Amino acid sequence: MVLRRLVIEKNAYHDSVVLMSLTQEIQRLHGIEGALVGMATDLNKDSARALGFGDAEMERAGPGDLIIALTGDDAGALDEAEKRIASRLERKARARERASGEEALYPSLAEVPIRAGGIAAISVPGAYAAREAREALRRGLHVFLFSDNVSLEDELALKQMGLREGLLVMGPDCGTAVIGGVGLGFANKVRPGRIGIVAASGTGLQQVLAVIDELGEGITNAIGTGGRDLRNEIGGITTLMGLDILEKDDSTKVKVLISKPPHDDVRLKVIDFLEKGSKPAVVCFMGDEGHAPGGAATCSDRATVAFAGSLEEAAAMACSLASEGVSREIYPQERIEALARDLAALQEPQVSDVRMSAAHGASPRYLRGLYGGGTLCEETLAILARAGVGVYSNATWLPEFMLEDPETSRAHTCIDMGDDYFTRGRPHPMLEPGLRVPRYLREARDPEVGILLFDVVLGYGCHPDPAGVMAEAVREAAELAAREKRPLIQIAVLVGTSGDPQGLSRQEKVLRDAGATVLSSNRAAARLVALMLERARDRAGEAPGGVLDVR
Amino acid sequence: MEMVKNWPPARVVVNLGSSVFARSVREQGARVFEVDWRPPALGRPELIRALEVVQDRPDVDEANRLALERYSSARPTLVGIGRARDVIPGLGEYMLLHAGPPINWERMAGPLRGAVIGAILYEGWASSAEEAEKAAAGGEIAFSPCHEHSAVGPMAGVVSPSMPVFVIENRSGGNRSYCTLNEGLGKVLRYGAYSAEVLERLRWMADVLAPVLAKGIELSGGIDLRSIIAQALHMGDEVHNRNRAATSLFIRSIAPHLVETGYPISDIRRVLEFINGNDHFFLNLSMPAAKAMLEAAHGVPKSTMVTVMSRNGTDFGIKVSGLGDRWFTGPAQKVRGLYFSGFGEDDANLDIGDSSITETAGLGGFAMAAAIPIVQFVGGTPDDAVEFSKRMYGITLSENRFFTIPVLGFRGTPTGIDLRKVVERGILPQINTGIAHKDPGIGQVGAGLVTPPWECFEKALLAFVETYA
Repeated sequence: MVLRRLVIEKNAYHDSVVLMSLTQEIQRLHGIEGALVGMATDLNKDSARALGFGDAEMERAGPGDLIIALTGDDAGALDEAEKRIASRLERKARARERASGEEALYPSLAEVPIRAGGIAAISVPGAYAAREAREALRRGLHVFLFSDNVSLEDELALKQMGLREGLLVMGPDCGTAVIGGVGLGFANKVRPGRIGIVAASGTGLQQVLAVIDELGEGITNAIGTGGRDLRNEIGGITTLMGLDILEKDDSTKVKVLISKPPHDDVRLKVIDFLEKGSKPAVVCFMGDEGHAPGGAATCSDRATVAFAGSLEEAAAMACSLASEGVSREIYPQERIEALARDLAALQEPQVSDVRMSAAHGASPRYLRGLYGGGTLCEETLAILARAGVGVYSNATWLPEFMLEDPETSRAHTCIDMGDDYFTRGRPHPMLEPGLRVPRYLREARDPEVGILLFDVVLGYGCHPDPAGVMAEAVREAAELAAREKRPLIQIAVLVGTSGDPQGLSRQEKVLRDAGATVLSSNRAAARLVALMLERARDRAGEAPGGVLDVR
Repeated sequence: MEMVKNWPPARVVVNLGSSVFARSVREQGARVFEVDWRPPALGRPELIRALEVVQDRPDVDEANRLALERYSSARPTLVGIGRARDVIPGLGEYMLLHAGPPINWERMAGPLRGAVIGAILYEGWASSAEEAEKAAAGGEIAFSPCHEHSAVGPMAGVVSPSMPVFVIENRSGGNRSYCTLNEGLGKVLRYGAYSAEVLERLRWMADVLAPVLAKGIELSGGIDLRSIIAQALHMGDEVHNRNRAATSLFIRSIAPHLVETGYPISDIRRVLEFINGNDHFFLNLSMPAAKAMLEAAHGVPKSTMVTVMSRNGTDFGIKVSGLGDRWFTGPAQKVRGLYFSGFGEDDANLDIGDSSITETAGLGGFAMAAAIPIVQFVGGTPDDAVEFSKRMYGITLSENRFFTIPVLGFRGTPTGIDLRKVVERGILPQINTGIAHKDPGIGQVGAGLVTPPWECFEKALLAFVETYA
């Protein structure tokens, strides 16, 4: 018989990240079938109803009240789970008390004894974020708005208010920024240097930071804008303010702008602003091709503005400009080709097996990519599309490649697992990379899959050991493929710097030891995949486009 | 022209939301101010909209400043003892005052009914409990909240016309407040006990205690209660659940005058013994002192300052300075606390009494950090006591000018509950209180902590917006 236990704690607010992680943990306990630990939002009440709870008290509960809903077949297990939840939430309270020993915990923004000159980092639920941001601006604080689900109207109002007050509004949905050496949100440790960045996205910016660091350069500021800043409705308010900061900042030698392609009017405004500036600028509008080899540039380079076709390229170009023209690259074409040869050689002994399995009607020829970083996923889609590889996705701009069901891959597929579909009521994979593991193993079991691709993102705010979590899955997938004697290439894009708290080299070693090929550039990984798919197609002797014609 | 001012910003981050981010910023050596964020107004959209209307209103801020100034400049002074019917305005002939918001006999909780029966017997309006009950139910006796007569009463808070009451005068505002004399512990009227022993003590209080004390007070020229409260806070009282220091200070103030009264030494001795034998004697002075200060602050148009929090054992009610005579009520809550041996939660009546006037005035639970031993009532630690007080700064307008807490670096107690802040933060006022038995006639069974029901504040805010939008 299924036992149900429902506890409602009135007015006991806890951070959703903490609660979602706790829910994951409780669900794994022996004797627990379903668990929900969350604030009584409509979404969580839905989830509780789905677990079979329909209590009147629960219906009355509001977003300030905590719901603990547990089902299982053993009263002892429920007791145990309840105890563990209580102690977790309690321990958090105590940890906070300790932290408040040096710096107090303030009941509200109004109580914080600071009037101007700092930054408010806001990661509260979106419905309340604009209100807090407004209050922060009123107090003379710049705003880093991590929260998503803030309306476009609120975003515009906040940014206009910021513009009036001379205060920067980074976000909403701003994943990363590094201001004055302090990383906000998910941020890598980068040495101070000569490059200033304005970027819309989180992981895109992190990739640029990581490559800059790897190439030995450093940054002045990395200013996030949020993904909608270059839309016509917002008009690039934060982008322009950010570029203005970089223009006026003496230590910035090179400006970098990273974003999705802007609205045409806004593009003109932004490029015009950069052209009038006194410093060289690198622009990467994701999806545009820049002047990258392999395609006609959609934007031509101007006097002070150069266009890059990928994040890695943008970072490399900025480093070259900062060091007065010395060309810097991590993954020149030759290195990618060498990697492809190495991987092919590793697979060589198994070619007969490939043929064998192919004879059984399935050949391991498809790519499956699982991303935590949405921008990294999009960049991969763009690079593969440019190489003539059509990839299904839940985050593609090509309607014919949009997956009907994000749970079901087909042919070549790359999934953005940070998409709302996957994060409703669950933590973002940036925080809990392990949420990708079941899907990863499912892809690994598919005999048609030959390449698995995933990202591992380091930095402050990120999971403490993302490589360790994914390495388990890599090892299991490798064993699975070996048992069935089929080739399986696993590629990890590791985004991080040597200064990151997780330890870059240790994270890399963990992934390599598990059997993954590790690259520090998402572009390089995508190009490597493109090359291998091309080789595989040639090997299989199929007509050009045969493998690619996946519909 | 610079588009962005204050750039680069200081390495100071105010974090609202995930504590993971706060920690990582701290690890990077930046200074972090972490906000213990929770959804405003418990996440209810209609209340958030209401808040938008009343926040950032200079006129409301100014009204609150004025109300608070009236509170702060009040000088509650014990000036005498009088018979209730002679001194309390509007106390009619067959009227009983009671704690909390208005209530009729049908809805009265056990202890309040018990006290009403006791008071009817005391007044001689009936000769048996049954007869008294019939009279109370029959509509022959009017019931009215103490708070509507500038009075306050602990627990059941029943005041009958011939009872002696302390008269407190705000020497700077001129308003007066009233409270009965504390009967001591055990079986007492305020907890709903009405046996012969209870009534006999009440008679002694009227016949001996009151006249002797009254003469002493007269000779003293008035006793400054604000000063006693301020000192008592430094001596371990919060003057709600703990009044030991304040009672001692009161004895020091009154004793020399008592010996001059000319009453027989045996009477004076009994008076002093009675006061000395009752650690809570001063409660019936701290309450009207708080009332005198808060009544001065009441009635300021547009002020969101809460001036009354009170319970009758069935309902909890509040009043707001700018909202006049209206009560905003919700169901009285269960008290979390420690029980005397032989009693438990099942015996407890819901929260009752006017004594939460002390919290309303920035004392009691708000001054918990000054009275660390009190946390034992809830099995808490000294840190909890400090935390209770600190949290209240989040819902108050100011820090008290006169009442300070040594352990908080002599910070003033959190004072002047701001209706807006309570609703915005979802932090309810912390109240220290006694627990009465749910049946009439039994008395106190424990003590502990309680908060008002959320509804009071929600209703008051919506009414405020309706009145002043």
